[in-house]
Amino acid sequence: MDREIIIGLETHVELKTKSKIFCSCSAQFGGEPNTNTCPRCLAMPGTLPVLNKQAVEFAMKAALALNCEILPFCVFDRKNYFYPDLPKGFQTSQYTYPLARNGYIDIKVNGKTRRIRINRIHLEDDAGKSIHEKNYSLVDLNRAGVPLIEIVTEPDIRSPEEARLYLEKLKAILEYTEVSDCRMEEGSLRCDANISLRPFGSDKLGTKTEIKNLNSFRSVQRGLEYEVWRQNQALDNGEEIVQETLQWDEDLGVTVPMRSKEEAHDYRYFPEPDLVPTVITEEWIEAVRSTIPELPDSRFKRFVEEYGLPEYDAEVLTASRPVADYYEACLKFCPDPKAVSNWVMVDLFALLKANNMELADCLISPENLGEMIKLIKEGTISSKIAKTVFEEMFKTGKTASTIVEEKGLVQISDEGELRALVERVVAESPKSVEDYKNGKKKALGFMVGQVMKETKGKANPQLVNKLLLEILDN
Amino acid sequence: MKLNELTAHRLHEMLINREVSARDITEAVFNRIDEVEDELKAYVRTTKDLAYQQAEEVDQKIQRGENIPPLAGIPIALKDNICTKGVHTTCSSKMLENFIPPYDATVVEKIKENSAVIVGKTNMDEFAMGSSTETSAFYPTKNPWDITRVPGGSSGGSAAAVAADETIVALGSDTGGSIRQPAAFCGVVGLKPTYGVVSRYGVVAYASSFDQVGTITKDVTDCALLLNVIAGHDSNDTTSVKREKVDYTKALIDNVKGLKIGVPKEYFAEGLDPEVEKAVLESVEVLKSMGAQCEEVSLPHLKYALPTYCIIAMAEASANMARYDGIRYGYRTPEASDLIELYKKTRSEGFGNEVKRRIMLGTYALSTGHYDAYYLKAQKVRTLIKQDFEEIFKKVDVLLAPVTPDVAFRLGEKVDDPLTMYLTDSLTVPANIAGLPAISIPCGFKEGMPIGLQILAKHFAEATLLQVAYTFERNTDFHRRKPNYKGQEGGKN
Amino acid sequence: MKISINDVEHVADLARLHLDEKEKEQLAGQLSSVLDYIDMLNELDTKDVPPTTLAVFIDNVFRSDEVGQSLTNEVALANAPDKKDGFFRVPTII
Repeated sequence: MDREIIIGLETHVELKTKSKIFCSCSAQFGGEPNTNTCPRCLAMPGTLPVLNKQAVEFAMKAALALNCEILPFCVFDRKNYFYPDLPKGFQTSQYTYPLARNGYIDIKVNGKTRRIRINRIHLEDDAGKSIHEKNYSLVDLNRAGVPLIEIVTEPDIRSPEEARLYLEKLKAILEYTEVSDCRMEEGSLRCDANISLRPFGSDKLGTKTEIKNLNSFRSVQRGLEYEVWRQNQALDNGEEIVQETLQWDEDLGVTVPMRSKEEAHDYRYFPEPDLVPTVITEEWIEAVRSTIPELPDSRFKRFVEEYGLPEYDAEVLTASRPVADYYEACLKFCPDPKAVSNWVMVDLFALLKANNMELADCLISPENLGEMIKLIKEGTISSKIAKTVFEEMFKTGKTASTIVEEKGLVQISDEGELRALVERVVAESPKSVEDYKNGKKKALGFMVGQVMKETKGKANPQLVNKLLLEILDN
Repeated sequence: MKLNELTAHRLHEMLINREVSARDITEAVFNRIDEVEDELKAYVRTTKDLAYQQAEEVDQKIQRGENIPPLAGIPIALKDNICTKGVHTTCSSKMLENFIPPYDATVVEKIKENSAVIVGKTNMDEFAMGSSTETSAFYPTKNPWDITRVPGGSSGGSAAAVAADETIVALGSDTGGSIRQPAAFCGVVGLKPTYGVVSRYGVVAYASSFDQVGTITKDVTDCALLLNVIAGHDSNDTTSVKREKVDYTKALIDNVKGLKIGVPKEYFAEGLDPEVEKAVLESVEVLKSMGAQCEEVSLPHLKYALPTYCIIAMAEASANMARYDGIRYGYRTPEASDLIELYKKTRSEGFGNEVKRRIMLGTYALSTGHYDAYYLKAQKVRTLIKQDFEEIFKKVDVLLAPVTPDVAFRLGEKVDDPLTMYLTDSLTVPANIAGLPAISIPCGFKEGMPIGLQILAKHFAEATLLQVAYTFERNTDFHRRKPNYKGQEGGKN
Repeated sequence: MKISINDVEHVADLARLHLDEKEKEQLAGQLSSVLDYIDMLNELDTKDVPPTTLAVFIDNVFRSDEVGQSLTNEVALANAPDKKDGFFRVPTII
């Protein structure tokens, strides 16, 4: 039986404030264990939290970028449970009065736009980290107290692929707003999913399971695909789905139930008496709104309309803010949108990938890339030579003209010089000439190749072509 | 009189006139501690070396001819739930028996800035949960007026130490009466300021929305002096209120003419001892004779204060106690095979019965299916009680009431019956529920045991409160009486 | 009785407390009697009454996003009952 898939995602995002949410310890990732801790984030007796204003504003910024409504009044609650990396014995979160509600993200699935609604966004503090050894566990509280937002969707997602697309779009938007590093590998973006199946046409939700530990785009899709398969199997066999929390095991490629004891939660939420309510005025909201940059959707539209880029190019280039910024910076030096797009999307991406690098680490400045494309357009270098130049630029960070000069890569466009060479090649290739005359046009290519070889690729290919035809056809 | 029997303001005069040194005063206090502490048990720990060092610094300042603040060189005792950097802070619990905070509470910083001499940490009910200091994991403190009786609680150690002249002044904390009730039982002055006037940073939380640090002193003048030191906004405590600095000694005016005093009838309900009632009503007459206008008033929701307090305080406590898990500090069970066992054994062995009882009750009140019926209900009734007070303070300046239904009870008398013990707080919790300032001052005796008069005022009206208390004190003799415990000379200060 | 032994066990589990049989019985009785007393609150109609969390209302108190001094690892762990290599150590979590 074919069933409809119902997925809702809860995403935790660490905000990139300088200090923690309730104390002044550094919120920077890493560091020796338990060195970014103080009496407050160690939950020593008598300590009290003081709310970091920047955390509130980052959360507001994210919420506005995700089309949410900021509520006029938000209150922290204590979420009570015991865990060694939770120093206070409760997480300070927002339950009854969250920061924001009713947002959405539009994603493109097979060319169609799908709207995934966001139910709520709230602020909370992160827990520490536990390292599990064979006979004991070790606790590091450097992360305890780093500000988090939790973004909860409505159960609007209809496939594991949509889940991945939602998460990719969410990451892009959050990166655009610069409220988080969104580094999944460092845990600054983490995702849990609720998933259930139901017969098509039914308006009743089936029993759901919760999958934790979906910590990469790949595991979001794979984990959910596995769980769809598992639930379908179970239902086909007439079994009932047990409402439970599962852990995605990336190595084994399966979801495993978490121990039921950990699961028997009764969080006993109640308002945190040590923190006063946050009242958010329209004025404040507008001040934060004014700091939001152009977001992926409108930038995409603009790239298509203003630069005449194909939708595919515009989508790839706007998917991440650094790439879009880089692209537009290049345009300042070389106003040829499609040519720049090709070099960024094809050549630059390939080199970054091959070298396992981020754009931020790239040595080629937008100005240099712009200059290089100009050199091609002016005929100073051939497109072929440009690839060599580009690789060199990528390695050394030198400008294209420096490399061209140093290596003597200037294109030979001197007709007299080339004509002599072409005549020699024609004279040395009687078989090719004969083939050509017998209608084998391929032979022409061979002779062009010979000329390029002689000039180490520096000959202007168009000119070579023209000269060959002149000589052969006469 | 011996130096340790004097008040802070008297000792300050003697210090600046170079009649005595801070060292002399400190010595007198430690001699007294040596004399009585074996029996009285007011302290958990004394800090003799630190005290002499601080006294020495004050003496040097005086010798250099520098001005010294009013509490410089004055011995002070701190309730053992107030964190002191490098000095054990135990909350009289096995859980924190070995805990040494790496930081000072804000009030301790202020005390140190003012060069008061810290003599030690006083005994208390475990984590401030109790009304007799009998829930201390170490030992009960005795009442110097009658050592078979309790000193009250939870700041029983601080109150007993002041009453027995083992210190000059002390700090306590008041969540449901924990300063006022022991002050009343020990015949000293105890003030709980408005919620938010004194920083709670570094004061180990029992019930966060009620906890407030306050003073225990031998008279109202010392109360104003000590409040001057500890009051003030603190950016480390977001519930601390931003207000202009007040000099509370300016409120020490011997005059209540034209002040409106309300006598809320619900404080005089069934269960109030007739002699206590009589003493309080006579106090009203004293103030009337001084020119105050008195009228009977009503707080219709007052009888709901104690159940409201129980639910909210215990719910907050259940979460505040969750950090004691044997991982980062504090007691840890010697044997635990897994994590759950570590938690359960650590907490069961580390906490005493009363703490466990309150954690259980608070956890129950917050758990699924009970939140609305208990916790939310109590929060709503809290609104009604607060509104009662707001209405009344439109009509009167202060309220006069008893502090406790009766004088100090006997050790062991109520310790096995939690509800009866809770009921001894019924007249003090309303001020905590509404966040009001309230003071207890001596106003009479029953069978040789002191009776306390409670004065309540609206938010931030500590000055009015002190004015009334001061006037009462100037025109009565109750505060001059000392327990005559082990050679106290008593008499006039 | 309002509170059964089962309730006591469930709540003790949530609160991570170990209780022996005698304690459970005693607590069931004591908690029941306190809750009976608290039931007095049901005399009041509070349908339209807003709850109060803080007696003195304040809002919007913040700190600015500045990094201050943290404790050294040694001080952070000074009170720890069990530690290893700069970490707090606990029995195996999973």
